[in-house]
Amino acid sequence: MDKIIQLDKVSKIYGTSVKTQVLFDIDLSFDAQSFNAIIGQSGSGKSTLMNIMGTLDRPTSGDVTINGTRTDGMKTNELAALRNQTIGFIFQFHYLLPEFTALENVLMPAVIKYNKPSAETVRRAHELMELVGLEKVKNNLSSKMSGGQQQRTAIARALIMNPQIILADEPTGNLDSDTTQTVYGMMRQINDLYRTTFIIITHDRKIAEMTDRIVEIKDGRINLDVTRSTT
Amino acid sequence: MIASFKIAVRFLKSSRGQTVMIAIGIAIGIAVQIFIGSLIQGLQKSLIDSTIGNAAHITIQQEDNDQLMADYESVIDAVRAADERITYISPVLQQAALIIDGDQTESILIRGFDYKRANPIYAFDSRFVEGRLPAGANEAAIGKELQAELSLSVGDPVDITITGGTKLTYTVSGVFDLKVQSLNKSWFLTTLESAQDQLDKSGLISTIEMQVDDDSVFQVDELAVQLAELPDFSEKKLIQWKEQNEQLLSGLNGQSISSLMIQVFVIVSVVLAIASILAISVLQKSKQIGILKAMGIRNRQASLIFLFQGLILGILGGFLGVALGLGLAYAFTVFARNPDGTPVVALLIEPGFFALSFLIAVVASSLASLIPARRSSRLDPIEVIRNG
Ligand SMILES: Nc1ncnc2c1ncn2[C@@H]1O[C@H](COP(=O)(O)OP(=O)(O)OP(=O)(O)O)[C@@H](O)[C@H]1O
Ligand SMILES: [Mg+2]
Repeated sequence: MDKIIQLDKVSKIYGTSVKTQVLFDIDLSFDAQSFNAIIGQSGSGKSTLMNIMGTLDRPTSGDVTINGTRTDGMKTNELAALRNQTIGFIFQFHYLLPEFTALENVLMPAVIKYNKPSAETVRRAHELMELVGLEKVKNNLSSKMSGGQQQRTAIARALIMNPQIILADEPTGNLDSDTTQTVYGMMRQINDLYRTTFIIITHDRKIAEMTDRIVEIKDGRINLDVTRSTT
Repeated sequence: MIASFKIAVRFLKSSRGQTVMIAIGIAIGIAVQIFIGSLIQGLQKSLIDSTIGNAAHITIQQEDNDQLMADYESVIDAVRAADERITYISPVLQQAALIIDGDQTESILIRGFDYKRANPIYAFDSRFVEGRLPAGANEAAIGKELQAELSLSVGDPVDITITGGTKLTYTVSGVFDLKVQSLNKSWFLTTLESAQDQLDKSGLISTIEMQVDDDSVFQVDELAVQLAELPDFSEKKLIQWKEQNEQLLSGLNGQSISSLMIQVFVIVSVVLAIASILAISVLQKSKQIGILKAMGIRNRQASLIFLFQGLILGILGGFLGVALGLGLAYAFTVFARNPDGTPVVALLIEPGFFALSFLIAVVASSLASLIPARRSSRLDPIEVIRNG
């Protein structure tokens, strides 16, 4: 199967005077359309790894290849365009724009790209809001919604451009267990529906065990990498 | 670009209080700048008006001061044909004389005008306190100061003595007030014909006086040089009002410069204020910019968000400022009045100046947004994502 993300010998060192190496020569790749979990202790380097995979951060050494294109030579604006069209982010904290309504937040990636989203995109936004169960509150300012609602809005936003990859950093981190199940079910459904690749960082063992592959990071190295056998 | 504009508008709307404060800040700056500018311009215009509004702008005389001019009609025709900016031309024959009244002696200046031609320049018609312009051969009009000195009234005879001892007798036809004390004291108005006759200067005049149109009053020096080039002007001398009023002009110039300085400093402080507020707002919005960048907004789009905010604030503040400036100017002309009801200072309300001030507001606030725009462009999204 095609590799949608491939990391070759990726290392990350923070700081210039006091250097802390957080990632050590990571070789890792993900199949297109797969549904994956990254687990690991707090401080093990999961978010750092994800930010590098999402081209938000650059590795100190090593290469990141997305969809067959190496990213190390790309300019900031080229990376921005790549993110806009290929990757949807769901961050650990909700990261919505408080000045805009939930629906406007969902449409924002399309506004950035096309200035005015097409009628079809708007329809899709409404569909996604329905999918995440927010059709009643979609015109509320995002700052006036509950944490779970904000997280679900972020999921809808990550999907609006129909990206090939969704990177989710503890998307259910501050949700109760029922809502966590709902959100997880939704992501699974989207993976089935749109064939979107999911890479989900989670602390939640139960969630991780429901995915197709679990990668465990320990002290900046891959400690475990298990794939559920699909029969 | 449209995306940046939409985001800019939303940012401004969502912090409405701050937006209104900045717009008012710009508006006050612009209003002050407009008010000072209009005040000084108005002041200068009324000074210039009262100095040269009813006076000759350019006079032509023989190079030799004692010489009189005989060919004046052809000179007048030549001048009229030479330049359209010259509006009124009038010949004058003048001579100094004395009025001896007992032990009191007043020196006067006989001025023989062709009133049809002189009236548009001096507006004599509307300057009479009593009586009228001289018409007949032995009539003369005197100023109100001279009338007071000599206690004369309309219809009284007045004796004058010209150089050489010749005595002439005139009848007072009227009393004028030219609003300039020295003229009211010395000018002794007769008709041109009568002056030529009585003074034995048939067919001669002393000077040709002229006015130019309102827009050209400051071009008289250049115009005078141009006229001096005309054929037959080799023995003639041109004097224009600017060389006679150098002190006034340098005073006005100094005033203009200091008014300009004040305006510049007002604008500079407005720019600094906007720049610092926008710089704070880019910090407030750094999380949003980070999110937008993670979602793929380009650096240029990110900087445009702040440029648009500056532009919008400038337009808002500019409009408000022009309105406020007009209001201030209006209030000033309505409420600050002399006892006789005329405004203390007639402000000069010039649409061009207002448009310029509006433009300054827009340009200045756009400039002020450059620094935050740059900062926004440079912001690295990872800083925001990492630090929550
Ligand atoms: N900007 C930074 N400068 C220096 N060290 C950093 C920086 N950001 C992260 N680190 C360090 O890198 C390590 C990995 O951080 P990271 O955020 O990737 O961990 P994580 O696995 O996502 O943890 P968590 O589960 O708590 O979110 C930590 O030890 C952290 O202290
Ligand atoms: Mg993390």
